Amino acid sequence: MQEITREALLSRAAELFRDGTVDRALGWRAGEFDYDVTPGVFTSAEELENGFVWNDFCGANFSKYLIRETGLTEKKVLVFLKPCDTYSFNQLLTEHRFARDKVYAVGVPCAGMADVKLLRDRFDGVTSVEGAEGGVLVHTLYDGDVTLPQAELLPDRCRNCKSKKHVAYDELLGSDGEVLDSHRFDEVEQLERMTPDERFAFWQNELSRCIRCNACRDVCPACTCEKCVFDNPASGAANKAPSSSFEEQMFHIIRAFHVAGRCTDCGECSRVCPQHIPLHLLNRKFIRDIDRFYGEYQAGAEVGSRAPIVDYTEGDIEPGEAVEGGARHA
Amino acid sequence: MQVTEYKPLIVAFCCNWCSYAGADLAGNNRLSYPADVKIIRVPCSCRVNPMFILRAFQRGADGVILCGCHPGDCHYTTGNYYTRRRMALLFSMLDYLGIERERTRVEWVSAAEGAKFAATMNDFVAQVAALGENKRLEDLRCKK
Repeated sequence: MQEITREALLSRAAELFRDGTVDRALGWRAGEFDYDVTPGVFTSAEELENGFVWNDFCGANFSKYLIRETGLTEKKVLVFLKPCDTYSFNQLLTEHRFARDKVYAVGVPCAGMADVKLLRDRFDGVTSVEGAEGGVLVHTLYDGDVTLPQAELLPDRCRNCKSKKHVAYDELLGSDGEVLDSHRFDEVEQLERMTPDERFAFWQNELSRCIRCNACRDVCPACTCEKCVFDNPASGAANKAPSSSFEEQMFHIIRAFHVAGRCTDCGECSRVCPQHIPLHLLNRKFIRDIDRFYGEYQAGAEVGSRAPIVDYTEGDIEPGEAVEGGARHA
Repeated sequence: MQVTEYKPLIVAFCCNWCSYAGADLAGNNRLSYPADVKIIRVPCSCRVNPMFILRAFQRGADGVILCGCHPGDCHYTTGNYYTRRRMALLFSMLDYLGIERERTRVEWVSAAEGAKFAATMNDFVAQVAALGENKRLEDLRCKK
């Protein structure tokens, strides 16, 4: 259950359209089912009234869409931002990807989203999901109606939520939270404690499922290059070779590397992966290493902060030490 | 069938200003190092994109070594500081994916260190030879 209701968001959006502050809005659009929510652009209050939803499946982070929409608007773009989205918002501002004065950002508190995969794994024929006393009420075709605590449906990124605090907004609906002391690196550390052979087997198992759909790249708020290295047909990662593992590893290493230091750990990559590859574990490895080697750094926490990978100090760790010492056991 | 001794293929990225000159000095001084090392000259060690390293493995390298000026001595003042950060993160990531960490190395070799260049290459070739063929980052499409 979310703190703010759909009606509260709608009425505020209608006011902003009416007083001429905004001429378009980025919001979550209803799909066929409750859990089929997609990002959408709305150009009037009526459109919002008809298509806008706000429920436990509104995971999409709109920050990246602002790049395009701010170029199209004549006034401002209304955008709803959950706490984790605000980090991406700040990061894109740091990189000068859109004009701040073209955006009207409304902060929305988030109680954590629901993971569609967990829901589908657990129930057969889910028809609708609604907030209920004591959690979430799931209506299904074959398993009846079940009420369960929301915590049981949280995806990894929400179970290990890093912050309930909005770091950027023009206006906040509801209450603001705090930066949390999350356990988001536990899984990374668990992998680091394995032997190299076990790690290789783990990643082969995960990455070999990759179908090279590029959804992780397309959704990533840090991946905003107009021309991407992976759009080059000669990149060697453009197609799936059944005979070897190399292109999977290359694609995923380079994808994660290109956002190292800029990744805010919003978890969108893992959310959209149709093959359910835990891509956030690659990004978190870079975040973890950056924290260990160069000091704690949260991308997007402040506008204008300098990413560690485009910075240096004279006493930095040597690449040889980095693998033998620091990374293995903190 | 004749059994041939296994020879690793090593790609060495050497910066134009220090390490490449260091390799030259090693040659001038008649210091030997294995012919398995193929040197690629780059303007600065920070010219080396992480993709270059992966690409070398894809095309059949068994080990990749990156040589640059000592930190503080970069011809472009700060290039190798960025190299150092990038490679620390990249190598750590390769290790995380279970790829043998002994296959990659960064070494700082100045233009006056011909002996260090030869010793480094001897050591690295022996290290990679002990690991054997690169299987974890190979691309069968590129195999001849």
